[in-house]
Formats: sequence, C-alpha cells, structure tokens
Amino acid sequence: MKITELFWESLGTLTLNKTRTGLAILGIVIGIGSVIALISLGQATQLSIQSQIESLGANLLTINPGSQRSGAVRGAPGGSTTLTNADATAIATSTQITTINSVSAEYSGRAQVIAGGNNANSQITGVQPTYLSIHKLAMDSGVFISETDEANMNKVAVLGPGIVADLFTDGSSPIGQTIRIKGQIFTIIGITVSKGGNGFNNQDSAIYVPLSTAQKQIFGVSYLTSIAMEAKSSEVMTAAQDEVGYFLLARHKITDPTKADFSIFSQQDILTTATSTTGTFTTLLSGVAAISLLVGGIGIMNIMLVTVTERTREIGLRKALGAKKKTITTQFLTESIILTFTGGIVGVMVGVLASFIISKVSSSLFVISPYSILLAFVVSAGIGILFGWYPAKRASNLQPIEALRYE
Amino acid sequence: MKAIIEASHLMKVYKTGGIETLAVNDVSFEIKEGEFVAIMGPSGSGKSTLMHILGALDKPTSGKYILDGENVENLDDDELSDIRNRKIGFVFQAFNLLPRITTLKNVMLPMAYADVPLEEREEIATRFLKMVGLSDRMHHTSNQISGGQQQRVAIARSLVMNPALILADEPTGNIASAQAEEIMEIFQKLNDDGHTIVMITHEPDIAEHAKRIIHIKDGRIDSDKNIHQKRLVQLKRP
Repeated sequence: MKITELFWESLGTLTLNKTRTGLAILGIVIGIGSVIALISLGQATQLSIQSQIESLGANLLTINPGSQRSGAVRGAPGGSTTLTNADATAIATSTQITTINSVSAEYSGRAQVIAGGNNANSQITGVQPTYLSIHKLAMDSGVFISETDEANMNKVAVLGPGIVADLFTDGSSPIGQTIRIKGQIFTIIGITVSKGGNGFNNQDSAIYVPLSTAQKQIFGVSYLTSIAMEAKSSEVMTAAQDEVGYFLLARHKITDPTKADFSIFSQQDILTTATSTTGTFTTLLSGVAAISLLVGGIGIMNIMLVTVTERTREIGLRKALGAKKKTITTQFLTESIILTFTGGIVGVMVGVLASFIISKVSSSLFVISPYSILLAFVVSAGIGILFGWYPAKRASNLQPIEALRYE
Repeated sequence: MKAIIEASHLMKVYKTGGIETLAVNDVSFEIKEGEFVAIMGPSGSGKSTLMHILGALDKPTSGKYILDGENVENLDDDELSDIRNRKIGFVFQAFNLLPRITTLKNVMLPMAYADVPLEEREEIATRFLKMVGLSDRMHHTSNQISGGQQQRVAIARSLVMNPALILADEPTGNIASAQAEEIMEIFQKLNDDGHTIVMITHEPDIAEHAKRIIHIKDGRIDSDKNIHQKRLVQLKRP
C-alpha cells in the first residue's frame, strides 16, 4: 500500500474518535508548547542580563582592595585599605601599561543626605572626571565633576535620577539647589541619565562628589574602595588584567600572586558568570518542559496501545486479506506520527503565543529561536516514532486467527 | 481438472498447560478445480482448525499442504499474507467488514494490499457489488445494511482478487434463513461459473447445497461422499 493512501486512511481513523485524538494531541501540545515558551523565557532573560551588564561598560576592569588570604579567612573585598590614590596615578601614568585607556579612582560610602524636608541614606561616590566615560554614564542636565572641582575639593554633587525623585518630591529642578551630606552643604551641578540598572550598583540612586571631597571632607579617609579602568578593546581584557595585576603586585612588593592584597574583575568575568547562570536556568526550565513532553509521549503510547487492542479484529482481518507486517506497522506508526506532528504544530503556535504574552506581561524581550522550533518538530516526530513503535509492532505481530477469534 | 487443494497427512497439535490436544489427525484429501465442497462436523471436531490450515491462516504441525500448486509449508508470515491475498477469498461467519467505511471501500481492501491501481480497484469492486445485487448499497457503511447484505458484500470482497479458492466459514451462521438461501444461491452460481468453493458448516441443509460433503469427527475424516442430487435453492419469492 502506498504511504499517501495509508496517510489518508490513518487520518480517517483518527477523526472517528475526536475526543480521544484531541486528548492525545493535547499532551504533546502542552509538552512542545512549554518547551518553546520556557526556552524563549530563558533566552530573553539571558539577553536582557547581557545587555544590562554591557551597559555598565563592556571593557571595564575593576580593582578592589583586600582579598588577601590571611590563614583560611579571605578578607571581604572593599574591607581593607590597601588601594591608594597613588596606585591609581601610577597605573594611569605608567609606561609599562599599554592596554589601558583611562583610569578612574573611586571611593564609595554610605551617608545620610538631607534636601529640604526629605532625607535618605544614600551611596556617596567620590569620583574623578574619567568616571563618566569609563562607566558609560551620560548627563541628563547640568555638568559632571570637573578637574577643577577635584583639585579645589569643591562641595558640588551630581545626582542620579533615582535619588532626585526621592529627595525633590515637588518636581522642581534640583540644579543649583543644595543638599546636606553628613551635615555639609553641597551644591547640585548635574543630573545623570537613568541607566535603569538594578542589582549590583544601582547607578540611578547614587550621588557623585569629587574624590578629594569625599575622602577628606565627608569620610576622612585616604584610600580607595575601587579603581575602574577602561581597556583599549575587549580583546586585550585578559592582557590588561595581567599587566595591571603584575604592576600592582610589584608596587605593593608582593612576590606571591596568591597573596595579592587586591583583586581585579573584568566585566567579561561577570558577563560570563551571569550568562552561565542563566544558561543553567534555561537548561533547568527546558528539563522540566522535557518531562511534560515525555509524559505526553507516554500518553500517545497508551492511546495507541488501547487502539491496537480495540482494533484486534480489524488487524486480524487485514492480515487475513493480505496485509503484510510492514503495512500494519506503517499504518499504526503513521497514526501516531500524525498525532504527535499535529501536536507539535499546535504546540509551537501555543508556545510562541505564550512567550509573546509572557514578554508583554513582564515587559521583557520576545525571543523565539528558529532552533527551538526545529527542535520541537524533530522531537515531536521522534516521539511519534518512538512511542508508536511498540504498539505498531504489537499490532503487526498479531496472528490473524487469534485476532479474528477475538471478541 | 487440476487440484486446488492437495492435503496429505495433515496433523495439528495444540499444547495447553502441558496437555496435548490433537485437533487434526492425519487428514488427507484432494479438492479439484470447480468443486463445491462442504466440510461438516460437530463443534470440537477440528473442522475450524482444518479451515485455518486450508486458509493459510495457520500452519500444520506436520503433513503437506499444497494450495494451487504452491507449497505452504515453509512460508513466513508475510509470504502467507501474500498467498491469502492472491489465492483465497474468505467469507467469515461474522462477515468481518470494517465498520464505518463504505461497502465499496470494504470490497476494494484486498486489492489495496496487492497494489492494484486505485481506479481499477474501484471499477472491479463496483462490478462485483453489482453481481451480488448491491449496486444501490455501494456508499452505505456496513452498519447501515442487514446481515444478509453484509455477507453479500463479504462475498464480493472474496472475489475481487480472482482467487483459486473461496473459503467460507459458516457463511450462514449469523443470518436469517431466508437470506441464507440467497447466500447459497450466490455460491451455487459462482460454482456454476467455475469457482472452487470450500464451505465449513455444521448445518446439514446448508451443506446439502454442495456437490461433495466431507464429515470430520475427532480430527479425522469420517466420510467423504459426492452428492449426485445437490439441493437446489428454493427461493420464496412472490
């Protein structure tokens, strides 16, 4: 019998019992649909995290103090005072270091901030003018901290849009107004553009002041909490990390790199970590979806086994009239493949629709990879063959006399 | 006349729970082309087992069976399917039509397994349905027609491959006696046209329509005689 003929015959058989056929297909629809939707969700999360991290500066290297091992205890980064302004200047002016574009020495601490009747406990960051370009920050209005502000230890502040919203609730422009940081009066000279960042350092709710002012006037310290650097390109990130690392080790007179009193992170490291984390997340979600697909496949097998039992007489008759094993096998396999393939097609549509709704509701990206759709088709046809095989084989091995006797 | 069935020393042994049952015990006979044979016997006599062997639905434990010149002994499942398809037209007691598809499609089914082109199948099936007087029921499904009509569809189906042998297993067992006469009329007409027919039955008045009656008892041939005066169908037609 020709395959097209078997196809139409199988389709006819399947439409006879619409409820059962529908329920069998539903199992596959849910399986394929959830695989598509969850892979899409995972990829959207991965992309949005990636773009957020990249928005913080793709070629960014950060040196944090501390991290030296004293016995078994590893000091928390930022908890020690080993990083100085002189280190930053040395890195910036060194002729040995060729892979770094610019350097930004930073001191960050928290302090109470008052503006009019509002107050907030905010992160105060002492910065140099290079901070703006290294951290890919832009000004919404006003100006950023200048060399003069830094040299003269001016009491000026640049606010993130988040803190503006917290402190200036009446909607007036804060530029030119004053705020009090730890009791000292600062004039606001600029507001940064929102980066929409979350997690890590939320740059939107930061207050920037000149580094010298932060160190001497506000916090009374002479060390740095971090040095940020921009590498010349993303290709030299590793080289830059090594160059700066060995340079600082030499400066700090440390011979054993494992005893370094600082650590260097690249944005790439964070990106890699985040990507692999969300990758794991996606794999986990897909795993859950794959289980529902498996359950759907077992549903198909169950339906096909019931069908074979129900149609024992029919199979016996077909064999008595001349049907060969292969014809019977193909007939039942065709039925299960039609079931899973239809389930696959509907499942892809449901999955795409679900991903679209999820992306709208959570206002995230809408990503559907053609790879996951291809996968869904291959898997659904595969399930049809895999779970249809056993019932089909059983049908083809029925002896015609046994089958004809069957009531 | 050439032999359609050559059976020599057929034996069939069933084993159930360690006990051997001899269903067919050393049966030998020959059926020639154009014969109309009734195989009779009480239930449990082994006539159904014999019919399964003759129909290539089952293989004998020992003995030799040649069907229309082909030895059935060493064939596998698929080759048996092929033999049944080409050489035997089955008519079953329970009709065994596929429900929910039209009588035309039912009659076309054996030809589908022989890869006869579709148009040809339809033409042949239509011809045989007309022959059994059901050309007005071609597009009815089998559950829309009476038992007697279903059996006539089954007879049409048994004829489409132009088989060497028509094998009927209690063909009138499930239908009313008036319609049974119609079925026997068709068989006699087919036989007159030269078809070889083997019919299994336990009803003497049905068996009397044949030209030769073989009695089976306890798995053996009890008697085998030709009827010189075969019973003619008496139709109660107005």
